[in-house]
Amino acid sequence: MLGPQSSLVMYDEEYKRIMTLIEKLLRESNSNVIFLVDKNGQLIAATGETEHLDTTSLASLTAGNIAATGGLAKLIGEKEFSILFHEGEKDNIHISIIGGRVILVVIFDQRSSLGLVRLRVKKASIELGVILEDLVRKTEIHDEAPGVDSPFAEITDDDIDNLFN
Amino acid sequence: MSFINYASREINCKIVYYGPGLCGKTTNLQYIYNKTAQDAKGKMISLATETERTLFFDFLPLALGEIRGFKTRFHLYTVPGQVFYDASRKLILKGVDGVVFVADSQEERLDANIESMENLKDNLEEQGFQLEKLPFIIQYNKRDLPNCTPIEELRKLLNPNGVPDLEACAATGEGTFETLKAVAKQVLIDLKKGS
Ligand SMILES: Nc1nc2c(ncn2[C@@H]2O[C@H](COP(=O)(O)OP(=O)(O)OP(=O)(O)O)[C@@H](O)[C@H]2O)c(=O)[nH]1
Ligand SMILES: [Mg+2]
Repeated sequence: MLGPQSSLVMYDEEYKRIMTLIEKLLRESNSNVIFLVDKNGQLIAATGETEHLDTTSLASLTAGNIAATGGLAKLIGEKEFSILFHEGEKDNIHISIIGGRVILVVIFDQRSSLGLVRLRVKKASIELGVILEDLVRKTEIHDEAPGVDSPFAEITDDDIDNLFN
Repeated sequence: MSFINYASREINCKIVYYGPGLCGKTTNLQYIYNKTAQDAKGKMISLATETERTLFFDFLPLALGEIRGFKTRFHLYTVPGQVFYDASRKLILKGVDGVVFVADSQEERLDANIESMENLKDNLEEQGFQLEKLPFIIQYNKRDLPNCTPIEELRKLLNPNGVPDLEACAATGEGTFETLKAVAKQVLIDLKKGS
């Protein structure tokens, strides 16, 4: 599992596998939107009707939500609440934690149901967990040879100054 | 911790503004938000009380531009400064890449600054971070007010290790971008060293 302090790295190959997986989950669960968020609030991947959604804000608030309920869990002696569900008038949100570090969010309406979403999420979570583990392994190899293929090893002061101009 | 995405060629970093209640953390973010071009910023989210005290956090996503073909995004967060929101502060610090400590320069807030700085160290340590090893900037805010503690004294009390520090008046924006730039620079230099 990813330690809380290792930086998250995403590569093309794993990104494609993740996209394929959440697209399949979207279809099979009849849901509207699915996204994957790092526990620190960084959006990892999104699919479905995302055009009118502020996915960056959603990612940050989801992470805040998980962090707050995680804090609540600890206070009552639980490790964490691994599944959250918010029911709205039209849309519902199903949130689950995968591999301790990544948050899977499914937004669905009356075309689906909580039971179906739950079932499909459970299956997809196992596959997602495998991809995430592969990602960690890759990141570790990368970490043992820092800077080798890092695009940041060559950053100059000018590069940084230029960002603000 | 930073998130490097080779698939979308993006790098995301998290910066947290810390400091005692009413020192001007939210004001820093509001100023940056107001002065940033539309296409370089996302929505600013403020989870606040009815009296506009931060309740959980403020969040401002910024896209600063590209470095070596990678879009650099900074996610700015503020913590709630009021003492009793400590549990929330700990949560916001998770995964932080760089910290800005906003000090309130007013004499009567001297103790509050010191207490908040101690609280920052404690909360970081609880998560296995050491403040000395993190990109860290101190901003002496509210320099426009008449009852300010002299900079030298603030420095002695809040910045014994001599990290980069600067004066500001977040209400008019003086020093806010300089602060952001200083911390962003340190975060990127940290990345360069290899994480
Ligand atoms: N005179 C002066 N007032 C300032 C300055 N910066 C902020 N303020 C004022 O100080 C008050 C508190 O500012 P906030 O930004 O809400 O403070 P905060 O640190 O976010 O406070 P919490 O959310 O409670 O932690 C507001 O009324 C601001 O207008 C400054 O540089 N000079
Ligand atoms: Mg505030």
